[in-house]
Order: sequence, then C-alpha cells, then structure tokens
Amino acid sequence: MSYRLGVDVGGTFTDILLIDEDSGRSFRAKTSSTPHDQSVGVLTGIGKVCAAASTSLESIGQVMHGTTVATNAILEGKGAKVGLVTTAGFRQVLQIARSFVPGGLAGWIIWPKPEPLAALEHTVEAIERIGADGEIVTPLDEDDIRVKLRGLRADGIQALAVSLINSYVDGAHEARIAAIAAEELPGVPVSVSSKVLPELREYERTITSVANGYVQPQVARYLDNMMRKLDKRLYILRSDGGLASAPAAAANPVSMLLSGPAGGVSGAVWAAAQAGYTDLLTFDMGGTSTDVALVQAGVPRIGRETRVGDLTVRSSSVDVRTVGAGGGSIAHVPALTRALRVGPQSAGADPGPAAYGKGGREPTVTDANVVLGYLPGELAGGEISLDRDASRTAVAGIAEAMGLPSVEAAAAGIVDIVNENMFGALRLVSVQQGYDPRDFALVAFGGAGPLHANALGRLTGAWPVIIPPSPGVLCAYGDATTSLRDEAARTYIRRFSELTDGELRAIFEELAEAAASTVEAEGAARDEQTVTYQVDIRYHGQGFEISVPAGIAAFDGEGGGLKALGAAFDAEHERLFSFLLKNEHELVSVRAAVSGPRPHVAAVTLAQGTEDPAAALRTTTTVYVGGEQTRANVYDRGKLLAGNVVAGPAVVTEMDSTTLVLPGHAATVHPSGSLLIRPVAEEA
Amino acid sequence: MAEIIQTTTARPQRVPVDPVTLDIIENALRNARYEMDEVLFRTALSPGIREQHDEFPLIGDPEGRMVVGQFGLSIPALLDRYEGTIEDGDVLLTSDPYSCDGAISHANDWLVVMPIYVEGRIVGWASMFGHMSDVGGKTVCSMPTDARTIFEEGVVIPPFKLYHRGQLNEDALRIVLNQVRQPDWNRADLNGIVAACRTAARRIQELCARFGADTYVSALDALLDRNYQAMKALLTTVFEDGETISFSDYICDDGVGFGPYKLTLSLTRTGEKVLLDFTGSSPQSPGPINYYLNENLARMFFGIYMITVADPQILWNDGFYPLIDVHIPEKSFWKPDFPAALNARNHGVGRIFDLFGGLLGQKNPDLLNAAGFSSSPHFMYSGTYEDGERAGEWFQLYSIGFGGIPGRPIGDGPDGHSLWPSFVNIPCEYLESYYPLRIERWETVPDTGGAGLHRGGNGVDVAYRFLQPGTIAIHDDRWLTYPWGVNGGEPGARGRKWIDRADGSREILPSKVHDVHVGKGDVLHFVTWGGGGWGDPLARDPELVALEVRRGLVSADGARRYGVVLREGAVDAAATGELRGSLRAGRPAKPPVFNMGPPLAEILANCEAETGLPTPRVPA
Repeated sequence: MSYRLGVDVGGTFTDILLIDEDSGRSFRAKTSSTPHDQSVGVLTGIGKVCAAASTSLESIGQVMHGTTVATNAILEGKGAKVGLVTTAGFRQVLQIARSFVPGGLAGWIIWPKPEPLAALEHTVEAIERIGADGEIVTPLDEDDIRVKLRGLRADGIQALAVSLINSYVDGAHEARIAAIAAEELPGVPVSVSSKVLPELREYERTITSVANGYVQPQVARYLDNMMRKLDKRLYILRSDGGLASAPAAAANPVSMLLSGPAGGVSGAVWAAAQAGYTDLLTFDMGGTSTDVALVQAGVPRIGRETRVGDLTVRSSSVDVRTVGAGGGSIAHVPALTRALRVGPQSAGADPGPAAYGKGGREPTVTDANVVLGYLPGELAGGEISLDRDASRTAVAGIAEAMGLPSVEAAAAGIVDIVNENMFGALRLVSVQQGYDPRDFALVAFGGAGPLHANALGRLTGAWPVIIPPSPGVLCAYGDATTSLRDEAARTYIRRFSELTDGELRAIFEELAEAAASTVEAEGAARDEQTVTYQVDIRYHGQGFEISVPAGIAAFDGEGGGLKALGAAFDAEHERLFSFLLKNEHELVSVRAAVSGPRPHVAAVTLAQGTEDPAAALRTTTTVYVGGEQTRANVYDRGKLLAGNVVAGPAVVTEMDSTTLVLPGHAATVHPSGSLLIRPVAEEA
Repeated sequence: MAEIIQTTTARPQRVPVDPVTLDIIENALRNARYEMDEVLFRTALSPGIREQHDEFPLIGDPEGRMVVGQFGLSIPALLDRYEGTIEDGDVLLTSDPYSCDGAISHANDWLVVMPIYVEGRIVGWASMFGHMSDVGGKTVCSMPTDARTIFEEGVVIPPFKLYHRGQLNEDALRIVLNQVRQPDWNRADLNGIVAACRTAARRIQELCARFGADTYVSALDALLDRNYQAMKALLTTVFEDGETISFSDYICDDGVGFGPYKLTLSLTRTGEKVLLDFTGSSPQSPGPINYYLNENLARMFFGIYMITVADPQILWNDGFYPLIDVHIPEKSFWKPDFPAALNARNHGVGRIFDLFGGLLGQKNPDLLNAAGFSSSPHFMYSGTYEDGERAGEWFQLYSIGFGGIPGRPIGDGPDGHSLWPSFVNIPCEYLESYYPLRIERWETVPDTGGAGLHRGGNGVDVAYRFLQPGTIAIHDDRWLTYPWGVNGGEPGARGRKWIDRADGSREILPSKVHDVHVGKGDVLHFVTWGGGGWGDPLARDPELVALEVRRGLVSADGARRYGVVLREGAVDAAATGELRGSLRAGRPAKPPVFNMGPPLAEILANCEAETGLPTPRVPA
C-alpha cells in the first residue's frame, strides 16, 4: 500500500492529510502549529495521522508540503542578516528603491518608509562594471572585494546577496564574487542575482536576490529538520503551484514565498474538477486577509510578481491578489466623514473579535456575522465558543456612530462593505484582466470563505459557488494532489525583425532541457513530462510585457512561429486595452515550464440521497437577511447526501467552516462532497 | 458654448441612498480611477509616462465636478468655450492651457475629456492628461528654457473632437503628429489615455446598471456633500474667524536671468468660508516658469492637505469647493497673460506643496512638514547615434529626478524619493539598454538632508556618462534659496549640476538650460536638493546618528550638526554631551518655526561665490 501526504501549516493549526493512492481514502489530523519551529508540529501531526491510518512513516511515498516559513520570516521581519554586494556607485539601490511613495498627493506626509531588507551598513560596493552590451568596462577588483567581504564576516552576516549592474547580460563578475565569498564567508549562503532573476531592472533583481537570502537560513534549517525524518520524500510547493524537491526549494526559497496560498488554489482546482468545473475564481478568506485567483481550464494564471506584506519581488507565482479583509477586520467610522470603513486593521487571532471573549472590544466582520445569526455558537469544532452579547455591544457602537436604526443594520453594513472589498479583489483578477466573471465558477474556502461566498456569487455573477468538502484543509489537499514542476527562463530582448524562428526554437529547447533534467532528477521520468512554453512580448518601446503561450511546433523555420506569437500578442493587447499599435513586436523573455504527471488520487463519493436534506437538519435559528429577521434551517454537513438540495436561507455547519445559503438560492450536494450554490430562479 | 446632445432630457431623479451603498460606490470609483492608471502605464511608449507615470486621471459627475481624481479640470469652463456639439462616443483632446483655465498648465500635457452616457443621457465625465515627451517646437522635448511665448513651445492643440461618435478624426491627428519628434510615442500614449477614459466610462456604466443611474448620480451628490460637510467642520476647528495667516516661498530664477520670484499665499476664514489669496506673489515672468494655476487645483491641494490626516480613505472630490474662495491676481506668476510661455511651470507646481505646508502647518501641527522635494526636475538628452550598430538612429530621453522628502511629524524624510504620487525612477539598466549612456553613480549625498530630530531626506547624485554626442537640457530649481526646516530643524542642501568634460575641465551648469552640447565621455552630475529637517537636531538619538554615519547617509562631520561626536565610528558620549551643551548655549531658547537659511540679501550677495553661477536680476 502506498500513501501520499499533504501538509499545510497555518497560523493556528497544522493540517495533515494522508491519502491512500489506490483507494483515494483519506485520513486527517489537526494539530497545533508550533511557530518557534514548525517542523515540530508537522512531525507530530504526521505521527498522529499515521496512527489513525494504522500505518507507519515508511509506507509514505511522498510528502507534499505548502509552507509559510518563508512568508512568515518576511511578515514578522525575522529573516537573516543579509549582506549585499552592489556595483560601485549603486550602494543605495535598496535605499532609493524606485523612489516611489504610495498614496495620493499628500501620501508622503503619512507614509512610514520600510527599512531596506539588507541594511545599508551591510552593503558594500564592488569595483567593477559591465556595460549594457556585456562589454567589461572595468574589470573586477578581486582584492578589494575580498577585503570588503571579510568586513561583512566581521559584521556577522548570515546570508549574502550579490547583485551587480547589467549582470542579467553577463553574470561573470557575480559568479567570481560568489566564489570569493565561498572562501571568505564559509557556510554563508550566497544569492547571485543573475541566477535568481536574470532580468533587466536592477532594483527588482536586487530586492529579489536579497529576499532570497533573507529567508534562506530559516528555510534551510526547517527543511533540514524535516528531511532528517523524511529524507528524499519531501517536496515543497512553490509559489507558482509546482512542486520542487526540498533541496531545490532550499536553494531558491524566494520561489516559495506564496507556497501556502498556492496550495489553496491547487486544492480548489482539484476539488472543483471533481465537481466538473475547470474555469474558476478562487476565494480564500481567512482571519486577516483574503486571497483570490483566477483559474482557466484548470490552470491557475501565473503572475510575474510576488507580494508579501510591503515587499514585492519578481518571482513567478500563482497570480494571487490579497486584500486586507478577513473575519478579524475591524469596522470603524471616522468622526469627520461618518463613512463606514472596514479594515485594513485587523484584530488578528489575539485579542480577536469581541465574540471570542479574549478581550477584543472592537467590532469585526466575525462579530457582524454573529449578530446576523450566521455563525453557530462555537467554532473550530468547539475550540472557540462565541459571545453574542459581546458582539452586539461592539457592533452597536457602529450603529450609533452612523445613526443606523438597529445593531443588525450596522452588522449588515459591515458585511456588505467587506464583501465589496473582496469583490474589488475578484475584479482585479477578472474584469480588469479582460475576463467576465460570469464565465467562471467561484470556489470558496478558508475559515470564513463559505460564509461570504453566496454573497460574492451574487456580486460577481459567478455561478455555481462551490464549497469544497473540508474547506479548512483544502490547502493540504492541494499539496497532496499537485505535480512536480520546474521552469527555466531567460531575458532575451530582440525586436521580431532581429529574430528568426530557428533562433527562438533553439532557446526553447535549451530551456526545456534545463527544466526537464531538474524534474527528472526529482523523480519524474522524461516520458511522463509535459513541456509548455511562454514568451513575454510587448510593442517595441512599451514598458510592460504580455505573456503569451507558444507552441513549439509552429517554429518550422518559415517564420510561422514568430507570426503566431505576434498574432497571439495582438489578440491579448486588444482584449486588455481595446487597441493595437503599428509598432514592431519585441520579445522580452522566454520561459519553458516542465511538469511531471499529476498524481492520481481517487475522489470520495458520497452516498446518493434524495433532494430532501431533512435527515441532516440539526436545528433552526434566526438570521437577519435582506433587512429582516427570518427563520433558517441549520444543517450538519457531515450528514448531507449526494443530491440533497439545501434551500436558503440556511446555514450548513461542519468542524472547520460554516456555509451561508441566502434566500432565493439553493445548495445542491455534489457526489464529490462539494456544495454547489446557485440562484433558484436560474435553476428553474 | 457646447451643445450637449442627449436623447433623454429628463434629469436624473434624486433618490435617497443608504450609507452602505454610498461607501460601495465610493470604493468602486476609487478602483476605477486606479484602473485608469494601470491601463495607461501598461500601454504607453514614452518613458515619461510608462516608466515615470507622469499622468493624472479624473472622473466627474454629470455637471463635470470631480468625484475622484487629482487635478483641477473645470469641465464647465471648457464646455463654455467649446463651440460645437457633445454626443455619445465623442472624445475631446486639447493641449492649450489657455483654453481650459489652466486645468493643464503647459502644452506638453495632452488632456482628453469624454462624456459618459447611460440610456441617452450624460451621467458623468472621464478625463485624463499625460505629459508627452515631445510636442515639437524649437527644442527637443519642447521645453525651451528661454521661451518668451507659448508659440515657441510646440504644437498647441485647441479643444477638438478626436473622436466624433466613436469615429477617429484621422486627418486632425495626422496634422498634430506631424509636428512632433516621436510621433509613435504620442500616438501610443494618446491611445492609452483614451483607453483609460473608456475603461472608466465602462465602470461607471456598470455601476449605473447595478444600482440604477438615479441612485448612482444621487450617490455622487452625497459623496460631494460628505466632503463639503467634513471640510466645513474642519475649517471652523482649525482656523480662527477673521484671522489671516500667510506664507511666502521662492522660485530661484526664470531661465532668462531674473529671480528669485516670490510666491505668497494667505488664508482668511470669514464665517464658514475661507479665502485663499495669492496676492503678494511676483508678477508674471518674461521666461517660461509661469504657472497658470487653475482655481480648482488650488482648492484641491488645500483640501487634500486638510483632510488626508483626518480620514486617509476618503475619496477626493469637488464637494467642498463652494467653501473656498480663491483670488489669483491677473498678470501674476500664477495667472500670466496669453501668450506667456508656460513650459517650465513644474517648479511652481511643486512649490505649491511647500507653500501649503508652510501655510497650513501654522495651524495644524500634523501638517507642519519641512520643505521637501517640491519639484520634478527634468533631464533631457537627445541626438543621433554617430557610430555603432544604431548609427544614424535618433534618440531622445526625457526623465524626472528625485530628491529628499522633508522631515515630517511622523519621522525622517525618505532619501531620494518622490513627493508626487505614482512617480517612479527609470531603472539604470533600462536607460543603459535604450540610450547611449552609462550611469556611474546613483546615490544620495550625505548631509544634504536638513538636520533635525527627524532628518530631511538626502538629495541624489546621478552621474551620467555620455557615450554618443548630443545635447542635454535641464529644468531644476532650489539652487539658490533653501529647502527650509521647521521647529528647530535646519534647511536641506541646495541642488547643483556640473559637467566633467572628457578633457578634464569642469563646467557648472545653471538650473535651467537647454541645447548644451555633450561629447563622448563627458559626465554630467545631476545633484538634487535635500529635504529640510523637522525638530531639534540636538534631540536626535546619538546612536541613530552614528548608525547613519555607518550607512553613509550622514558624514562624521555632518554628525556634529546633531551635536554628536564620534570616535572610531562609535558615539563619544562625553564629547557629545559637551558639544550639545555648547550648541544649546549658543542659540535662542525657542527656535523660529521656519528656518529658511540666511536672509535673502545675504544669499544673493554670496550667490556667485557659493554656486558658481551669476546672481539673477530682480524680476521687473
């Protein structure tokens, strides 16, 4: 018997999912996260789940892991002390950054500037210069940099980043400095910008390399601890949704900053596929923030930027947009304008919403949901009981400040505003990219997602709204069901008139070979691999590129490949911006992505029932919807059968989540366990 | 006067809007405005817009009042002067500041205005302008520093229909683009601006479909009223009835030998209204620095400063404008007579920040920042490749520099940053791969930020080595008067520019100059100014000062301005105590609120010795 294991580490809980590859049968374990060293909780959980399945660690073939170690290091500012080597004259590249100040015309008055990720006192300059054409203008002064690196050793730096001007054209000086650093700073990991991100734009390349170094020691320590138990079976989910072996991930940790959210999107793709849907908007609402993404034909859209907190790096990731709107978001009313604002301040887990009874006084989204009757008396399978009176008191403050007639009206306002904020994020990935959300299904997960999902379905018109089974452990499902992946990329700026089909084909093949050999080394044989190609194109002179897929077969030496790329670019440009230019097309970068086979995991099948869900009815309650109090049935999700239809208004509860079905809507239970919510009229 | 064609003449019904719907519409308008930026950035070709984001969007209500955005377009004034019809699908284009009351303030800015129709009637307006790198005329980038009339500043486009009922006027566009040096840039940027406005229109139409046009329009009224009520409350709490406060600052010179120009702004509250009065400012200049200031823009600046601190999430709009009277004297720096030259108005636009800061800070300590990097200094470089694989190809660069944000109530001013929203610098690697130059240094200059409890941000030294012969132009200021400090903070350092010629000689450049020939191997140092300091420098943590010395942001000598003495890089506590004591003893007990540096007469007397540049003549 062989097993796969998915692991997702959240802020409070660690979820472990063990799947029997043959039967699809799964076992779950939930254990407290151990923030000081996440590997402790993970290994405890693995022990627990093995015991539940009456198996042992040895029978597990692969462990797939979405980790937030790298993300947390950045969010909490607890990464390594990074030294940085720049070209002489550019020591302040992170201090000056892009000179950008966020906000409106007076934004500079109130903007607190974050400190650079590599401190200026730990930044040294190399005497060297390479021109934009690769010419060596000034040779590297090796003695000088050696002395400076010794200085950094004395400063006690824990990681080194090397980022020189124009190294994306020629990385020779960076490689030489890395070699000297290996002698002078033994044991200190070195992030070389021409390897981490061989792309034009020095600030972006530098910050990405520094971020890589910043998280590297913590990630390496964590993965070492895990590997001691799991050795080669450990794979890490990267931000782009692909898997990498643990050593590969440890070498390039900046590629796993969004490992956690990517696991959620992968899980959503898997769960929705079981219910027959592949064009998706994913909606993951947690305590402090909400992540959304767009999936087309089962493939998440990949973006070229990764954002974590204040930090933006250039690294491929599932194009997840985050808004500071979650269950813990605090509602407030500025005295001057008397407008209702929700977030971005959050009560977090501590003190948390007023309802948690842990000393929180401020009204949060969760409190609004409690006031409206949408949440049962307890959460997380009984770990948190809810104090309704505390919620009412907190929300009453909002009603008073806005002059609203009732606490319920204020609570409904808070929910409407937070829904609108999340709708804004969904518009970013859909409408603003030229997609009509009505062509997609909406998959909701995360602790709070299913509660707000029906309302967001109504705002976006994305039907059905899919609530996967166990929405709280979807990330672990995503981890366990994803495939090996590697990508090789190169910046290659050429106008189309300076390019030939053959030249581009050779680059495709070279990049594909590089990625394929990595994936092969990680365990997926060549004949199981799929290769896809992507190029970034713009009109000559534009500053932004559009990624378009490339079919290598068209590169027949007759110019058909370039022609097809040009046409694909024009179609995208027209779709996004509604006009075309006569300017020449320009290639900017080329990528090859190689994936291993998607593991086969059999799905669960619920027993077939009738339309009537009465057997799962737990109780009834009063909810406030559409401006009035009304009775609603409360169902136990664990008892629902395939084919049951839950008519709104209704509340469906399970251990880690609560689903709200609005009046005029109904949730049909799919045999795979998902709830599919649709407007009743549409079904008629 | 424009004739507006609507197939439905019934005015929108005013209906009640619940407060939550109101906040939702406010949020949607904000998103639409940022989406306009995004569309333009991603499609523009000129470095000024695509890399630096020199553009401004606006969405208006049916009457043309701004409901979201950040510039002072008066659509009613524009329509008053426009002879013709306005129909669904029309798009107006203009670059004539004199035709729109200065909503745009020089001919490089191309302004697009389009009506938004729903079911045959106008529910709003979308508008945006962007700075075109070149609009023709006698100098590359169309900003001659010696211009005396607008006729020297390139093509000046009167308001006309670029699109009539959705149909592009190809001939007119062809005539306009024939005047400029990089027509493909202008065409792409203009396409982007129109696409951005159409995106905004689509979003507004979607909002009307979702909530109903009546609710949408009524919500705009409520949003305008929200600003009105908030401002009314603020005005009475901040300003005393009948009291006049006043502040003056300077533009150092006008490019044709005169300066400094005094800019004065006074404020008086009478009842619930406030008067902003620019009387006392210098008369108009014979050179190109005149800033034709739109009254609404003055109101908007005032409002943004006032409300940002109170509710940062509020949406800017014109609602409070009836509370603000603005008086700008005729034939002054702010309102020159046609056809005065206007191209170098960026100094005046920038100095508005300092002027409002110095004025309003007197009554609101949260707004009392020091003087900042109140400009957007321009650098242009152009020519024809002499040799290499691009031989014979024309190149043309327009870029904006950055400097020191001032010391602020909340903390230090960032080094080498932008006071303008959205603006970003052009990456060195981008410049080097598209232009024949190499950047040898891009660093902030230690000690250029004014000393203070909160230090002013440092100015930046960018050293450009030219790899092909060509000409350069510079538009900068604050080379003579100082970026002032406040509450005991010291002024920041002034800006400087010089060329180290390949033959070893050094040439000091004035702050406004064009057609300067540069040869292969010449190096230009473009050093911007620092921000002023905020608060008592002697109160700054000595360890922080020492850290900034290690960081190279303050020199060891510069640390003495904070009364900090270092020994081998570490704070010498005893010597620091002593130095601080003696500095305290030698200064007045209570510092003046503003420290403008030496008196103007002294600055002028020392001009040539300190700056290497001739003393400007007093403006006529």
